Amino acid sequence: MPLGHEELTVGESLRRAGISRRGFIKFCTATASVMALPPWMGAAMAEQLRHAPRPSVLYLSFQECTGCFESLTRSFAPTIESLIFNVISLDYDDTLMAAAGDAAETALANAMKVNFGKYVLVIDGSVPTGAGGAYCTAGGRSAVDTLREAAKGAAAIVCVGTCSSFGGIPFADPNPTGAWPVTAIVEDKPIINVSGCPPIPEVITGTLLQFVSTGKVPDLDEHRRPKAFFGNTIHDRCYRRPFYDEGKFAKSFDDEGARNGWCLYELGCKGPTTHNACATIKWNGGTSFPIESGHGCLGCSEPGFWDKGSFYAAQASAEWGKAGTPSPLRALEVGGAAVAAGAALGVASAGVSRLRQHRSEQDAADRQQKEG
Amino acid sequence: MNLLDFARGPALKAAIAVFCLGVAWRIIAFALLRIRFDLNKPRASVFKYMAGGLLTVGSRSWPHREFIGRTGAGEALGYSYHLGLFAVVLLFTPHILFLGSLFGLTWPGLPSSLITVISVLTLTLFTAVLFRRVTNPVMRMLSNFDDYFSWFITMLVLVTGLAATAHIGAQYETLLGIHILSVDALLVWFPFGKLMHAFYIFPSRAINGALLARKGATS
Repeated sequence: MPLGHEELTVGESLRRAGISRRGFIKFCTATASVMALPPWMGAAMAEQLRHAPRPSVLYLSFQECTGCFESLTRSFAPTIESLIFNVISLDYDDTLMAAAGDAAETALANAMKVNFGKYVLVIDGSVPTGAGGAYCTAGGRSAVDTLREAAKGAAAIVCVGTCSSFGGIPFADPNPTGAWPVTAIVEDKPIINVSGCPPIPEVITGTLLQFVSTGKVPDLDEHRRPKAFFGNTIHDRCYRRPFYDEGKFAKSFDDEGARNGWCLYELGCKGPTTHNACATIKWNGGTSFPIESGHGCLGCSEPGFWDKGSFYAAQASAEWGKAGTPSPLRALEVGGAAVAAGAALGVASAGVSRLRQHRSEQDAADRQQKEG
Repeated sequence: MNLLDFARGPALKAAIAVFCLGVAWRIIAFALLRIRFDLNKPRASVFKYMAGGLLTVGSRSWPHREFIGRTGAGEALGYSYHLGLFAVVLLFTPHILFLGSLFGLTWPGLPSSLITVISVLTLTLFTAVLFRRVTNPVMRMLSNFDDYFSWFITMLVLVTGLAATAHIGAQYETLLGIHILSVDALLVWFPFGKLMHAFYIFPSRAINGALLARKGATS
């Protein structure tokens, strides 16, 4: 086995760690509950995991900021240590592993060879393709080449974060590195997108756990995100929603409305069009989420969120080109030009109409003269 | 670019351009048409026939006492759904913000739940209006494609707006995209169909009233 550890089933590794069967079932039930799975899935998950060998997981970091991994390390259910010591075999992760240089690259190659066709490939960061992939290299190989090779033997690919899912910030206009999401490069493997900047830690671990325990890709939405976590919008589940329905909106971040917890819609909250579990699972072990802390949702789990105008422009604003261009000015430009063109057409139409009228009157006069 | 981005980006921009161009075209063309000079001696002073024009705007906006039993219900229906449309379009906070982003001006709105109730009532009235148009033989004879299409496109905007608010049928952003696209379609149709009455109705009443007052008639 890579890194020299023996192949243990999840059940055996838990037993060695002193975790009882009851404790393990409780853990699986809690995880199933977080993922909004049916109640019987907890027991089924526990049974499956107990007899299954710990699946190999390879975590590759490309064009990213490590924020997603920082988020993952703050998972409460399951915790990152419980996940990597008991449930999965994390065979490569350049942030956590002690090995470096050739030893690390050899570990990656070994894990890919030994677990070919069975490992879960986790990708963090977008994949730059500009300049022959030179914007992101590790061990002398470009990210795009590493991804293509690693994807060949993967049972599934889990894209952690908006960068690997949708391109994220590197993909934003003008995309100087030619960055792409994983789905643009790998087309023949099951891909699960766990978007967010960063994603909620429990959503990352929950998705991984669901896949390794059932061996199946969970139900996904049209952006390949697990419906269990991305099925609702932030707005649907927001505790400030009643204020939206009552028409009570904070006008600034420090006014009385904001202090009373009124809706942040007018301050640019993107909750109505953002699918994520922030309002239900929340962050830091369920402590709060950005809206609860007084700031609107940025829509970070949606494709192209960085190019959708100002974070502080209300969701209902009309989009007039790139972010930062004052909308009223653009509206006046477009409307003014159209009114001028319409007025010119109007003058021309009236002129034609008058000409026809004049000719018709002249014809009538001529006829009268002839008859007379 | 997804449907929502398209609907409120390039599609909205094109629709507003067509709307402005069409409205300006029709108003200017109408205003510059030659009016046949009336050779008769005016029966009233300039001031009187101008006042007659203004009075007609008011008098024609209310049912005549003699016909109130026959036309009152229809006029009440018409006024009610116009008021409903006014409230939904101009007093719903997301609409105010949308218009504010275009013109830089905002005003207070009504609670969203109240707007939903008004929308449902307006929809009901709109259905009643169509029923009346279809069942009344005279109105049916007077109606053409323009009437039905103008009704349909206004109804479409109301229905898609309600669906977006209530999240019925699809994801919110898809519904919102469809709603804004329906508004785009309405803006494109507006100058070329009977919806243009919004601009013509009062000037045409005033002109008719003034011409009649010049001849010494009251209306």
